[in-house]
Amino acid sequence: MSTESYIRRPNRPLQVYAIIFLIALYIPILFLPLFSFNDSIYVSFPLTGFTLQWYEELFQREPVWAALMNSVKVGAATAVLATTLGIFAAKAITKYRLPGQNAIVAFIMLPLVVPGIIFGVALLVLMSSLGVTLSLYTVAVGHVIICLPFAIATLIPRFEGLDPSLEEASADLGENAWHTFWRVTLPVVWPGILASLLLTFTVSFDEFIMAFFLTGTEPTLPMYIWGQLRFPQQFPSVLALSSMIIAVSFVIVFLGQWINRDAHISTVRK
Amino acid sequence: MSKDAFISIRNVDKYFGKFQAIDNVSMDIGHGEFFSLLGASGCGKTTLLRMLAGFENPSKGEIYIDGQPMSEVPPHHRPVNMVFQSYAIFPHLNARDNIAYGLRRQKLTKQARADKVDEMLDLIALPGYGDRAANELSGGQRQRIALARALILKPKVLLLDEPLGALDKQLREQMQLELRALQRQVGITFVFVTHDQEEALTLSDRVAVMSAGTVLQMDTPSGLYEAPKTRQVASFIGTMNFFEAQVKSTNGAMMNIEAQGLGNLQLPRGERHFNEGEAVQVAIRPEKLRLTDDKPEGDGQMVQGQLRNSSYLGERSHFYVAIDGVDRPVAVSAQNRTRFAPDPTDERPVWLNWSDDAIVVLGKD
Repeated sequence: MSTESYIRRPNRPLQVYAIIFLIALYIPILFLPLFSFNDSIYVSFPLTGFTLQWYEELFQREPVWAALMNSVKVGAATAVLATTLGIFAAKAITKYRLPGQNAIVAFIMLPLVVPGIIFGVALLVLMSSLGVTLSLYTVAVGHVIICLPFAIATLIPRFEGLDPSLEEASADLGENAWHTFWRVTLPVVWPGILASLLLTFTVSFDEFIMAFFLTGTEPTLPMYIWGQLRFPQQFPSVLALSSMIIAVSFVIVFLGQWINRDAHISTVRK
Repeated sequence: MSKDAFISIRNVDKYFGKFQAIDNVSMDIGHGEFFSLLGASGCGKTTLLRMLAGFENPSKGEIYIDGQPMSEVPPHHRPVNMVFQSYAIFPHLNARDNIAYGLRRQKLTKQARADKVDEMLDLIALPGYGDRAANELSGGQRQRIALARALILKPKVLLLDEPLGALDKQLREQMQLELRALQRQVGITFVFVTHDQEEALTLSDRVAVMSAGTVLQMDTPSGLYEAPKTRQVASFIGTMNFFEAQVKSTNGAMMNIEAQGLGNLQLPRGERHFNEGEAVQVAIRPEKLRLTDDKPEGDGQMVQGQLRNSSYLGERSHFYVAIDGVDRPVAVSAQNRTRFAPDPTDERPVWLNWSDDAIVVLGKD
């Protein structure tokens, strides 16, 4: 409408910029699926023809399935652990006014910006000095540290949207703290918990650096891919595998966002 | 503790950090009484209610409910239930499950539980609404569900934290009537927090007017309105005209007061027994002044003034009359008994008169 102010008016250059931005962000990634369907062992233009050969090969390879299962196990354990810890942290941060609260939150969020290689080396040093054998467990420990900020960042808006009078009402109606948590707090924040589980699973599933330092004899999927990169003839299969990981990650993260879409629409509070 | 007090609040202080929210409050609330805590926001009324519910503990003093000291009793073991200002309807449960929430601990059969909930739905006039999801309920319906959820547990005391504040005017007035009827029907003690003085007067058996963590006056609605003890209470409840005055002489139970603008007044000395020479205030409600164009007959109390302006409010009109020796124009409220509204531009000399019992004498505080 011509009467719209400049704030509401569609801005053509901005729209073009946004589209270019998204293309620049995702074009490199789109090369992976593109070449994974290419009927050639060399990754180069021109494309020679369409094939599903690389995908078929992948499904017949035993170590791929083993690595996949390893990643799923680590991802599931990490997701549950990081989300559980995240629930307690988010609850404490939103419910109580703690001294030095901002500092605490900053510390919890720190793994987002500390290079993974530093955490990886540090944990490796710690594990070996404690005499812990590297295994999928040690990978999971590393992943919990990486995933905790994601869990907390997902859960805090949920807990902030939780009207404190809901828990008071439950207490008032005769339930103790434990039953109140199960009957009110958990169901109300449940979408956030689900979103956190999905997100942390994905982060763990895709994580490489911590796994690189902390994996024992059993590789996770990214570790397996890394190992296969040495063999040129395996490269198209790696592309196929990577494409599937990207697709699944996208689906899981979007699903999580969708489940948690109303996190900021809090229940009526004064 | 008086013997028929059901709730007894004894010398309670409450500090939040260094801020004192409640300052040495004591009060007794009778069994089956509809008791209101009235005050502006921040006066401590909600804090006091939350202490009754057990969400806050007194920093000093003790609260007794039904003879039992409450300081060691957590909220989920107290014989009270609360209706929250936000209603706190559980968003993940439907109306029926919200109402039945507190029944879990009573080991009831499925049928007995359903019957109880249906009974409550009838009581709050929402039969058939049990399967509505929380977000499908309107404000008024949520308010009723919150009420039913509390009443189904048959508490000894129902606490209500401004439960009508979020409703529009018409619905609020309807709910006021229903709340009062409901309280008579179930016969339990209601403690009601509100900042709306009209609401408090309409609903309550007794009202405690609070300010800055203290109780200014505790009385029946008519007691508060007709015999306020301080200027603060007098001006908080309704409108009041104040006149500076001085006690000229006393004679037994009577005293002679010289009030600015009103002249000499012969009044009873009242409970406070004002002394000769004491500076006091004389107060009179706008509707207790009569306004006439001609000098009234007889030799009652009267004063002449100048009508400054008036406003027409439908069933009544407000007039503002300037009187010599009084800073602010005196407010007069009169029923519009004829169909002709007063002309607001019509400035003219008028007479005010009143009967002696209309006047309240307050200390100079």
